Amino acid sequence: MIPSIKQSKIFNRLYISYLVWFFVFLAAPLIVVGVFAFNDSLFPSFPWQGGTLDWFFSDSGKKIGIFHDSELLGSIGLSIMIAFMATFFAVLVACSNAFLFERYDFPGKSLLYVLMLLPLVIPGVLLGVSILVFSSEIANYFEDYWMIDLEFLRPGITLVVIGQFAFITTISTLIIAARLRKFDRTLEEAALNLGASPFVAVLTITIPYLKPAIIGAAIVCFLMSFENFNTTFMLVGSDAPLTVAMFERLREGSTPVLNAISVLLMLGSGLLAIANISLQKKQQ
Amino acid sequence: MSAVTVAKKIRLGLWLLLAPLFLWLVLLIILPHFELLAFSLIDPEDQGFTFEFYLEFFQEPLYWRTFLRTAVMSILATILTLVIAFPVAFYIAKMLRGRSKGIVFAMCLIPFWVSELVRTFGWMILLRESGVISNFLQWSGLASGPVELLYTDATIMLGLVYTSMLFMVVPLVSTLDSLDDSYIEAGYDLGGSNWDVMREIIIPHAVPGIVSGCIIVFMLSLGNYLTPVLLGGKDSLWFTEQIYTQFITRFNWEQGSAFGLLLLLLSSLIVWAGLKATGQSFTKTMG
Repeated sequence: MIPSIKQSKIFNRLYISYLVWFFVFLAAPLIVVGVFAFNDSLFPSFPWQGGTLDWFFSDSGKKIGIFHDSELLGSIGLSIMIAFMATFFAVLVACSNAFLFERYDFPGKSLLYVLMLLPLVIPGVLLGVSILVFSSEIANYFEDYWMIDLEFLRPGITLVVIGQFAFITTISTLIIAARLRKFDRTLEEAALNLGASPFVAVLTITIPYLKPAIIGAAIVCFLMSFENFNTTFMLVGSDAPLTVAMFERLREGSTPVLNAISVLLMLGSGLLAIANISLQKKQQ
Repeated sequence: MSAVTVAKKIRLGLWLLLAPLFLWLVLLIILPHFELLAFSLIDPEDQGFTFEFYLEFFQEPLYWRTFLRTAVMSILATILTLVIAFPVAFYIAKMLRGRSKGIVFAMCLIPFWVSELVRTFGWMILLRESGVISNFLQWSGLASGPVELLYTDATIMLGLVYTSMLFMVVPLVSTLDSLDDSYIEAGYDLGGSNWDVMREIIIPHAVPGIVSGCIIVFMLSLGNYLTPVLLGGKDSLWFTEQIYTQFITRFNWEQGSAFGLLLLLLSSLIVWAGLKATGQSFTKTMG
């Protein structure tokens, strides 16, 4: 089954056709979503009524294009803001975690490492509700005993950022720690020998070395936050980020404006994916 | 600097780095889950200890049946994903070289950079009564009227397998990559058939990848919300939906907490069993 072992022609043909069908299966839903964004109809389905860009640009009538749909545009803005905040804090804490796990030995390290990995295996819905319950309890306590209203602990944007931060930090820690592990520490020692303080040595030698991993982790975090639904859905208040807004629309019955926004999302995440892959290539 | 001040500095650095990790894990992961546990065990009326919310789960058939159904379907989805992904991963790891390998692997990855919502929406367009496949069947004469392919268990299964495919392919490709071709050749030289080589050499080598892929896919299926709700329709009955209903719709946080902990218990149990059965460690599999 490897190139150096000859197989029968039928086997090879079956194998190749299996792979072709697999890729058809992978691509089919994305292709139809894209294609129906350009159908001049009120529903994302057949019959094909001819091509149009109305679902992107139309500003009046029955078809309101995505660039004039203030509700969806607002939710995109909100999602971007949430993603930036969650990513920023996640990468910051991840850098600290990476140094801790790669550079220090202390009792209980392996237990902490397991705990650090836990968010990966906790279902997102559960992470969301547990943070919801905990923060509401704290907010209630402050309200009952101190008469202080901690609005940010009630469902809303801050809580969404906190919830997403809770699990994307693990992923960025793994990415950054993997790069730090490959770092040649003699470079740092050289800086120390030349009179740099440990802090300066890390800042001028180690951090630049980690930069590709930090940027890669940031890209992954940004996408994970932007596309997250499960945790976000449990913690949203009245303002809906994009995934939640799209979900509500999908349940009401979809119009091709959802296809149009999906096309934009695919372009966006495609660009980020390519950026990330080329970054990984450079790193090697 | 004397040795003492250096040691002090190291200790200070250690504490500075430990602080954010501790705050994160304690405030956002550990305490919230203990809060959930407390909620599920304390009677909101008299603040006493109670098991009623767990008893409610076992007494109401809808609840435990949904739980069981979610577990069984998630296991099934995991097995299906493994069976479908394995030949693809093998081809990428062993049959392709250089540039084409990179391209085909990237083709596997790119769909998953797109939001799960978009992918699910795509399946809805394909499968619904007025959808692409229904239209194609009518056009080709295979069906006389519109065919509704959404809102069945098979559709949920399809959606689950599709969403988690990547998380199976990637670990499989990386373990199969590390298998030296000469072992496979040796297997054939010793007279083994395709099946023998697969069973005696390739699969045993791929076990770590299979285990980590299966764990991630199982967790993702168990915790999935979008796929069962959107592709399964009103009667989809997924356990995460029950949790959502209790928390957000009914505002019954005590019952919801009990459900949440049962889900956590189930997932930990199955992950632990999977690791034990194959002799893998959690840290190695996930990290």
